[in-house]
Amino acid sequence: MAIFLTAQSRVMIQGITGSEGRKHGTRMLAAGTKIVGGTNPRKAGQTVSLNGSDIPVFGTVADTMAETGADVSVIFVPASGTKDAVIEAIDARIPLAVVITEGIPVHDSAEFWAYACANGNTTRIVGPNCPGIASPGKSNAGIIPADISSEGRIGLVSKSGTLTYQMMYELRDIGFSTAVGIGGDPIIGTTHIDCLQAFQEDPETDVIVMIGEIGGDAEERAADYVDQHVSKPVVGYVAGFTAPEGKTMGHAGAIISGSSGTAQAKKEALEKAGVRVGRTPSETARLAREAIRRI
Amino acid sequence: MDLFEHQAKELFAEYGVPVPGGKVAHTAAEARDIAAEFAAAGRPKVVIKAQVKVGGRGKAGGVKLADGPEAAYEIAQQILGMDIKGHTVHKVLVEEASDIAAEYYLSFLLDRANRTFLSICSVQGGMEIEEVAHTSPGAVARIPVSPLTGVDPGKAREIISAGRLPAEALDGAAQLAERLWAVFADEDATLVEVNPMILSADGRVLALDGKVTLDDNAAFRQGGDFEKFADQSAADPLEARAKAKHLNYVKLDGQVGIIGNGAGLVMSTLDVVAYAGEQFGGIRPANFLDIGGGASAEVMANGLEIVLSDPSVRSVFVNVFGGITSCDAVANGIVSAIGMLGDRGEKVSHPIVVRLDGNNAAEGRRILDEAGIGVVEQVGTMDDAARRAAELASVAG
Repeated sequence: MAIFLTAQSRVMIQGITGSEGRKHGTRMLAAGTKIVGGTNPRKAGQTVSLNGSDIPVFGTVADTMAETGADVSVIFVPASGTKDAVIEAIDARIPLAVVITEGIPVHDSAEFWAYACANGNTTRIVGPNCPGIASPGKSNAGIIPADISSEGRIGLVSKSGTLTYQMMYELRDIGFSTAVGIGGDPIIGTTHIDCLQAFQEDPETDVIVMIGEIGGDAEERAADYVDQHVSKPVVGYVAGFTAPEGKTMGHAGAIISGSSGTAQAKKEALEKAGVRVGRTPSETARLAREAIRRI
Repeated sequence: MDLFEHQAKELFAEYGVPVPGGKVAHTAAEARDIAAEFAAAGRPKVVIKAQVKVGGRGKAGGVKLADGPEAAYEIAQQILGMDIKGHTVHKVLVEEASDIAAEYYLSFLLDRANRTFLSICSVQGGMEIEEVAHTSPGAVARIPVSPLTGVDPGKAREIISAGRLPAEALDGAAQLAERLWAVFADEDATLVEVNPMILSADGRVLALDGKVTLDDNAAFRQGGDFEKFADQSAADPLEARAKAKHLNYVKLDGQVGIIGNGAGLVMSTLDVVAYAGEQFGGIRPANFLDIGGGASAEVMANGLEIVLSDPSVRSVFVNVFGGITSCDAVANGIVSAIGMLGDRGEKVSHPIVVRLDGNNAAEGRRILDEAGIGVVEQVGTMDDAARRAAELASVAG
């Protein structure tokens, strides 16, 4: 099963002819992903060669879907064009759009999110500014390295790319059903809660690991959700205990404003909900290992 | 990027948001000249306001009324150079004094929790809005604003009415709200706040103070404003140098220099070093530095150079997880970076603890071992490496 992305997913790439689109398209293909097509309005009708496979290029998302049956789009277009690309994906009613692009103005994210809501949320948006989704052994939509982990029964949801990789690597012997990098921007399409809900319902996931960081209150709300709706064991990690107030730490959303958004508050909320929270990534991996062993 | 009050008001004025007349002075003499201009125009009373990007200036004595040019000189002299919560006052805004009949509150901001925009409006202004919300929650209206439809005249009146502003302020405040929304939307702001928004004795509604935060991600389409408003004086000199080299660096106050890839991993590295440092008399991380996924030799060299320029740094912890980039490339990057610094005449003498993990880690470690660089020490795990870096920093101190 896995969540959001399965072996049956038919993946297209918006921006397939660009350097990022080609590079990661090739990697996704090598990871076993069914890459069925991509878009570039100026190169419609051509093909792009990814590792020897000729992938058709279409003018629009709707055309790609009609011709190839694509049901997932991975978006690699530059920040200035991302809002339009996401709105195009929403208009085409593709079930899943994974937005890798970083550096998107938050007014643009707010606008495409509002647009998605106004259109009945028929497209699940993951990101922006995220590494994407990996269901090891099945499919890979984004830039998560496919070869650092294996297929297994842990579900991972994380705001941070490298901490996702780190955790997948540390637990590579146990493996993952799906790892979702939701991104570190202030407005994102898929939240910790969406993933917790999906992992709770996924029969192939036994233990959930959630990684958060300073800024906003997504972790606190996720803790409430765990408390009320999640029966599977959840292990947590929060980065940014030493971050000073008022400074953006790399991710646009990673900022403590006044007394809100601190790592301490998030850790306490998670622990109150019964989530075991590691002090370091390694300790978190150990807690996840213990949780799997007890099942 | 946070703006100074005077910059916020310049933006307001461009969009037709009414603000009192005023000018910036960097010296007491300039403040006197500006006050003299106002006096000549029949407005002898001015307010001298410290320009710092921190709240609570009034209580700290950074905002004072002057009844003429000489008083303006005296007061500016007191305020310039003053320290307000760690911020030195380098300039003051000299503004014509307003006759205040009432003080209100109005803002537009990004509402992360609800993934939309929000307007907050209150008939009670002039104090912290959190305080008003706490003491009289009924007096604070929170009205969601759709990014798709924004604020038209009807929405503006809805916001002002919800804030329970009196009839005599409604028209002026609604017009101000509509224009303030234009600032928020067109300038890619994540916050525009007017506190207080005042009703003057002669019935006008004005922005008496202004706070604006602009979205750094929008710099590519707001280029001119970002350059105009960038504040070189307030930035830490190392942060400014790092920014010029496109490095994502934040100066902290510890002793272990940190270099890593990925914002989350670097934040985590700071925490792990701080935990480990507890055993060594409170050793702490000296900085945040995310060199990104690529970790090329040049970026690594620039990063090391910035980190080692910090005089508080006694050891460095390079924590890289090879995800997309494999560790052999990172190891080569570290070796060439140290060579490059030597060539630039900045030989590295501080101990550098390196932890490489992930793709092709074994090869990366071999490359570093074979390079035989005396200052480089490899440690297998992030936790152990953090402990070693903290220990080395405590010994070096």
